[in-house]
Amino acid sequence: MTADGLEKCLGNLAARLWGAEGVSNLTRLSGGASQESWDFVVGDERYVLRRAPGGQSTPRTGTAVPLATEAAVIARARALGVVAPEVVYVLNEADGMGPGYIMRFEDGETIARKILRDEAYAKARPKLARQCGEALALIHKIDASGIEGLPELTAANQLDLYFDLYVGFDEPRPVFELAFRWLKERPPESEKTTLVHGDFRNGNLMVVPDGLSAVLDWELCHLGDSMEDLGWICVNSWRFGQSENPVGGFGSYGDLFSGYEAAGGGSVDPALVKYWEVFGTLKWGIMCMLMVSAFQSGADRSVERAAIGRRSSETEIDLLNLIAKD
Amino acid sequence: MQNGPSTIELLAAVRAFVEDHAMPELEGHAAFHARVAANTLAIIERELEQGPAAAANERARLMALLNAKGSLEALNRQLAEALRSGDMDLETPGLREHLLATTIDKVSIDQPSYSGLKSAFQARR
Repeated sequence: MTADGLEKCLGNLAARLWGAEGVSNLTRLSGGASQESWDFVVGDERYVLRRAPGGQSTPRTGTAVPLATEAAVIARARALGVVAPEVVYVLNEADGMGPGYIMRFEDGETIARKILRDEAYAKARPKLARQCGEALALIHKIDASGIEGLPELTAANQLDLYFDLYVGFDEPRPVFELAFRWLKERPPESEKTTLVHGDFRNGNLMVVPDGLSAVLDWELCHLGDSMEDLGWICVNSWRFGQSENPVGGFGSYGDLFSGYEAAGGGSVDPALVKYWEVFGTLKWGIMCMLMVSAFQSGADRSVERAAIGRRSSETEIDLLNLIAKD
Repeated sequence: MQNGPSTIELLAAVRAFVEDHAMPELEGHAAFHARVAANTLAIIERELEQGPAAAANERARLMALLNAKGSLEALNRQLAEALRSGDMDLETPGLREHLLATTIDKVSIDQPSYSGLKSAFQARR
């Protein structure tokens, strides 16, 4: 569908929902290869449309949930007080734009390096780790009953999933073998099944000069071990060079855990968080390899897709730093 | 024999063009991909310079560790199998040092400024 076609469909929708005469300033937002985001204005209000690429309802990659499921989870998160986008409408077939939803536009920074370095966020940075802990505690309290399309992904399930992917590449990586073994020998014991965000990391968080303003990118949400989210935001790749601050490059484990506990998330076992940090590091390494397959198959011939394969080695060094010290 | 300039000199010339002339003319997505392209050329330059010695050292360590001969890939496959089956682990003498040295060499080519590299150097000491 062309931007013109999309503008017409959105115009019809705006007329029906808000009695408005069309939409204006329709612009595609950059970023997000798996989703399309469009910014547009209706009257004095600014909105964002998030939909499948090209409006095609083809099966989504990996473990991503349907867009309607994502919208339902975000609505429940907001109801519990999680800072998250306000979903105003979920698309249906008659809207002619494919699966997706419309949310109210929010202004804030999502580019990790700017959040970590710009003066504008100097006052926000020291607060972020604790705010992330608080947000995660609330996310893990979401009652997901009745929401369709949420997969249950335990540590063991996911380990099998990523091991199969790795074996499929037929490329020996001794460090990954070591990490798989390390994880298999330490199945997390106190696995508490909750709703898990699945991609809670620096880069998917919106920040304003005051602190955390919205948790974004809910497409990988699932049912699983709550500690998965705490480990993922500590993966060194998401520290963007600020390794000394384990939480997203901006904060300490202590602040993350105390925010989580204070907001009623329950006590945090650092060993479990480390398990998931190792897991997340390995997972990111395999995802880098997966993105190269998209390049090699011809699905995406960009230099960026090709080059990301060379970021797998960064996860190998991180894995050794995590499991092979002393 | 292919006469000069050398591959590395040619690559450096192309990278200088991308960085100094093409990139400033570009915006948005194209500028981003040009940055990635320049970084990719830098990886190739480093691999041409450091790759052969890194591969030779890795192969020598693998032959000693596995007490076997073969291509670099075959030896890595053998090590991967030994780790998967549990025949070898971090207790195996020389394994940790081998993996650290190999990975440090890899990241030194792929991303020499990566934060995890510094921590790994400290671990090796």
